[in-house]
This record gives sequence, structure tokens and C-alpha cells, in this order.
Amino acid sequence: MARKMNSETVLQARNIHKSYHKDRIEVPVLRGVDFEVTSGLVTALVGRSGSGKSTLMHLLATLDQPDCGEIHFQGERIDNAPRSRRDRYRNHDIGIIFQFYHLLPELSAIENVLAPTMIGKSAWNFFLHRKEARRRAEAMLDRVGLLHRATHKPTEMSGGEMQRAAIARALMTDPTLLLADEPTGNLDTETGLDILKLLTNLNQDDGLTILMITHDDSIAESADRCHRMQDGQLQQELPELQIA
Amino acid sequence: MHTDVLQSIESKEWYMYRWLLCFRYLRTRYIALASIISVTLGVATLIVVNSVMAGFSAEMHERLHGLASDILIECHASGGMPDPDGHLEEIMNVCGDDVVGSSASVHVPAMLGIDFNGQLITRHVNFVGLDPETYDNVSHFGRYLLHPENQSQVDFKLREDGYAPDREDFPGSGWLYRRARVAYERALAEEKARLEAIRKPANSLSPENPGPPVGGPSMQISPPQIFNENSEIAASEFDPAVEQFPGIILGISTCSTRMRDENNNVRDHYYCRPGDDVRMMFPNASDNAKVVNQKFTVVDMYESGMSEYDSTFAFCRLDQLQEFRGMIDPATEVRSVTTIQLKLAEGADLNAVRDALRRRFPPNVYAYNIQTWRDMQGPLLAAVRLETTILNILLFLIIAVAGFGILATFFMIVVEKTRDIGTLKALGASGGGVMSIFLSYGLLLGFVGSGAGLIGGLLFVDHINEIASLIEKVTGQEVFDPTVYYFTEIPTIIHPFTLVWVMAGAVGIAIIASVLPALRAARMHPVKALRFE
Repeated sequence: MARKMNSETVLQARNIHKSYHKDRIEVPVLRGVDFEVTSGLVTALVGRSGSGKSTLMHLLATLDQPDCGEIHFQGERIDNAPRSRRDRYRNHDIGIIFQFYHLLPELSAIENVLAPTMIGKSAWNFFLHRKEARRRAEAMLDRVGLLHRATHKPTEMSGGEMQRAAIARALMTDPTLLLADEPTGNLDTETGLDILKLLTNLNQDDGLTILMITHDDSIAESADRCHRMQDGQLQQELPELQIA
Repeated sequence: MHTDVLQSIESKEWYMYRWLLCFRYLRTRYIALASIISVTLGVATLIVVNSVMAGFSAEMHERLHGLASDILIECHASGGMPDPDGHLEEIMNVCGDDVVGSSASVHVPAMLGIDFNGQLITRHVNFVGLDPETYDNVSHFGRYLLHPENQSQVDFKLREDGYAPDREDFPGSGWLYRRARVAYERALAEEKARLEAIRKPANSLSPENPGPPVGGPSMQISPPQIFNENSEIAASEFDPAVEQFPGIILGISTCSTRMRDENNNVRDHYYCRPGDDVRMMFPNASDNAKVVNQKFTVVDMYESGMSEYDSTFAFCRLDQLQEFRGMIDPATEVRSVTTIQLKLAEGADLNAVRDALRRRFPPNVYAYNIQTWRDMQGPLLAAVRLETTILNILLFLIIAVAGFGILATFFMIVVEKTRDIGTLKALGASGGGVMSIFLSYGLLLGFVGSGAGLIGGLLFVDHINEIASLIEKVTGQEVFDPTVYYFTEIPTIIHPFTLVWVMAGAVGIAIIASVLPALRAARMHPVKALRFE
């Protein structure tokens, strides 16, 4: 049941618990996490490997379901919504980028960017709006500086280029929130900084709300808000940082 | 926009990404090519085998039905059924709406005797007396005669020449041959008589003791005197150069043999030909049966391609056979027949007409055997149907094996694409959407495989005789031995319905084979799929 929330809160997690089972042994990953993402800010979730931050992100993206607790998106409870609503939420309301990019290798960069639109629209509907969709995909690629690589397959691109293509794909459906899981985790420092700068620009120029998962404190420092995860619990909210 | 996306996701419409990924997988996953080739070969083989079987079957039906009419009413009594016109009237009362043609005939077992180089060749034949005016209404008898004029109108008169114009090795026949033969025989007889006259004074044998008979091949002029001549026209009154005996048409295999020469070419050897005289011995129609011995002149030959017919049938005019057998009532001059053949209208129910006639002429009252042509050839037609069915089942197993290939291939592809499946779900694709990718992939693979098989199969069927020639050249083995099959070309018929069910079957198997891998893909947990390594 939807509850009234702060008008600036885009995403809110309440008392989230999640355990995995291995050989009949319950391994708790999240133990009563309360967390929220505020509209227009870059929120960082920082923690060491195994702290549960990626699990939390999967729950927030409805890729998995919590054992107990609630997740609300813009006031609507999303974690127990019907499957079709959760599919639409991932397709349209949020964008996700991953550490390992997860581009579809059979498709070119622009086709990968078009993928969310193709998933969200029927073949006929897509056909009717194909020119409009292609223009937007090109604009997104241009936005991330990858228009010149539009027809290239992922195997023909560098790590940084693939992550840019993944960002363009995540922005294709004009999402309310961008979930970034270790966006620089698989890149060298310089390329990682470029990607970080791109995300910061998207936040500052377009007002895109970003939740960034990272294990790197230096990256977390660039966020407006920073939460630390440890042993499945949110430790504290770090002081709000100002980007220079 | 929000509502629009909601509707498009919740509806069961086809989504673009499924087809895009299907086509890409088809182009980039070469392992699927093996499955496609399996389906292609299976479909092509099914099409070729069905076309050839249909061709053979149709040819066989055509030939079986060629001589047999739709309905045959046979009388088992030796004297036959009297008053065929009365019978026909009764038949028309029973099923007149379905009957479009009828013909009465006499069937009698007979012995054919052919003089060949002084030796007597005998054959057991089914001797048929037919009405030339009506027999073509109930069968395709004329179509299988050798003389083109007889093909259009059966005539039991010897033709001048022109038999089997499309056969180079067919010996000269007709009046032209008959006159030349008679002239030669007469010249030989004169020469023999002259030599006898010269030798006579030196011959110590008396006329009462002519010496031992001469055996083996001879050049004697007249046919061997083996039969009772009492029914013949006196030799002195008969000039074979200008006259003929009653005409007879022989099944080609009753008077010829087919074999290969030293160069392996197929050759026909004829013991007699149109223009020669033969003898027929058959029972008369009286209760105290006696053998009728009658000379006939061969006026044509019958070749249907069915050895069962070609080696057992001989035909003459109905009225002549009735006279020879004594089937005419001297008081009323009403003639008897042994068989009435009926041709039914297109689409008429043969079995229904047969059953109606059986009810009218019940077997406990009439010694009649009423059958359809299918009843007569039932075991043969059933054997061909069974053979076709078994072949189809076996060949569909080939496609089923290809289906298991698709199953294995798809499982491999699903494992290979696990992370992509996770990505698609992370982008909002539903489980059903992911499942449909692999179902569509199976459908596409089935279409491509069976489409290629269709084209390959049709091309094979179109060039089957050239391919058979090529195989013969390469292997040295004759694919379709003409001494066995009587076919100059392999008959093929392509039924569109067969193509449709073969294609549908192949595509169906491909889809069924992709269901399990597609289900597995659909049920993958997105997080586990994204973390799969």
C-alpha cells in the first residue's frame, strides 16, 4: 500500500532484509536497511565487497525480491507489484548501468541503445515511431560522445566506450532514476574519471537522479550524499559533499 | 507516453527485439546451421520420396484403372448372364444417376498358341470379347494400343502399317508385313515342292511311309497342325495375302519377351506381331463344355505397363466370341455375356453403387461377383499405401532427430546467452518475452531449414531423371530398370497439400524442440543470469 512520502524522495527502502541460502545455511546479506534516494541528487552507496550494496541495488531495481521490507518508487510500493509493473518499472522508470556493461554482443551500439525502446514498444508501435526512436538514440549516443561509434559492435569498442554506450542505453527511455552499479569498477583510473564526469554532468545539466554503488571512497566523495554499507546494514549518512 | 508503454508491454503483441535477436542469432550462431541442414535434408527427402511415391501410385492407379472399369459385374456361370440389355435396364433403375457409361463383354480363360520358327509357344490368357463401340466408355483400353488409329477408335481389322511409330525397334507389321510374309512362304513352298519333285524318283520310301517327323526349327509355310481344324475356313478358300482371320489384340507380354543384349541395352523380342496368325483354344458355353479351337489374326498389341495385364489379356470382338462360344440363343437370338462394366460419374461413391447393386443382385440368388476396381486391386493398393505411410513415418523420424539437434543446440545457446538474458530482463523484458525469443528462433530456424528443403526437394524432383542418369553413370547401376518397371522416366507428382504438411510438420518439430530451452531461459533469475560466468 502506497504511503505518503517526502515529495523529493524518488526511491525509498524500508527495513529491507535479504538472505541467501547455501547448503541449508542461511547467509544474511541485508539486515534491516532503511534507505532513500532524493530527487536531483547523486547518492552514493559505498562499501566493501560482500557488504550487500549490490544486493540492495538489485532489490531497488526489482531484479530480486526482499525477504521482508518495502521498496517505494515515487510513493508506489514496487517490490511486490505485479510482474508486468516491475518490468515496466525497469524498462521505463529507471535506467541501470553495470560494472561489466552488459551490452548485447549481437547488436551495434545504436541497436543496444534502442533495445529498451524495442522492449517497451510492440513491433508495430516501434515501426511507427522508428525514426523518432532512432533520432533519440543518436542524441543519446551524441550526449555520451559515442555517435561516431554508432554502428560498431561491443567487441569493437573499448571498455570506456562500452560503458558510455551502456549509459546512453540507460538514458534512452528518459528514466527518473539512474542506478549505476560500480560504473567505473572495470575501467582504468582515467577512463573511470571520464565516466564519473559524464554522470556528474548528466546530474548537473539534466537534473538526473543517480544512485551510484561503489567500493571506492574517492568516487563516493563526488556524490551529493553518501551512505556506507557494512555487514548488511547502513552505517551512517556521510556529510553532504559539494562538488568543486 | 506512460499509458502507451503500459499498454504495449501488457499486450501480447510481437516485440521488435525478439525478431532482431532471432535474426542476429541465426546469422551469428553457426552451430544452428547444423540443425538447419538436418531440417533441410529431412524436408527435401520427404518431398522427393512423396513425389516419387505419388507419381508411382498415380501411374499404377492409372494403369490399373485403365483396363478395369469403375464397377465390374461378373457372372460365374459358364454360359454367362442372358439378356445383358435387361440387366442393364435393371442396373439403371438401381443407380442410373451415377452411371455414365456401360459395356458388356465376355471373359473366358483360354490357351494362346503361337507358331514361332516351327515351335509352338503356348500361353494361358484371359480372353475378352469386347464391344469396340462401348468399351472405351468404361475404360482406357484404346489408349494402350500400339497403332495410333486404334488408339482413337478400336478396330479389329488389320492396318496397312504404322504400328508403334515411336518405337524404333518394333518390327514391321500390318498388311505390308503380312503380304511380304505370305509371298516369302509361298516362294519357299514352291521351292520345296520343286526340290521334292527332283528328289522323288530317288526316294525309296513309299507314299504310305513318309518317314520320321522332323523336329526343331523349321521353315514350314503353314502353322503346325496341332489343333483340330474342323472349325476353320478351308485352306483352299482362304488367301492370307488379302484376307485375315477374326482380329485379336494380344497383351504385349503374351507374345514377347524383354531382355538385355550383349551391350546391356534393353531389347524386346516378339514371337508374333500384327499381321501374324495365332490360335486360341477356349471352352464353349454349353453345359457339356467342349474346346473351341479358332485361328485369329493379330491386329494390334496392348501395352499398359502393368505386367499383370500385359501378360494375361487377349481381346477380340464380343459378337465373334459369342458366336464361337455358342452364347446366342437360337430361338430368341438373345446373346449372353459374362461381364457388365460400368463407368460412374465423377465423384460418385463407388462403394455405395456396388452395395446397391449387391442388394439388387444378392449372391445367394445370382452367381454374380460385383466389385469396384479398387476391390479387385485392393491388396496391391493397400500395400502401396502402407509402404507410403511407413516411409513417411521413417522420414519424419529424420526430422525428429533434427528436432533433438535443435533442442541440444538451443540449450547450448541458452547457456551461452545467460548474461544477455539477464540483461534483457534488467532492461524490462518479461519472462514471456525472453521465452518468445527462443520460440521465434526455433520458428525461424524451422522456416529457413524447411524452406531450403522445399527448394532443394522441388529442384531434385524437377531434375530427378537427370540425377538418376548421373547416378547410373557414376555407379554403373541402373536406378530404374526398364525391364522391371516399364517406365522410361521416373514418374513424379507434387501435391501442394503434401508440401504444406511436410513444411508445417518440420516447423512444428522445430518449435516443439525449442520449447524446453525457451522455458529455461524464461525462468532464469535475472540476478543469477547477470552474475553468470
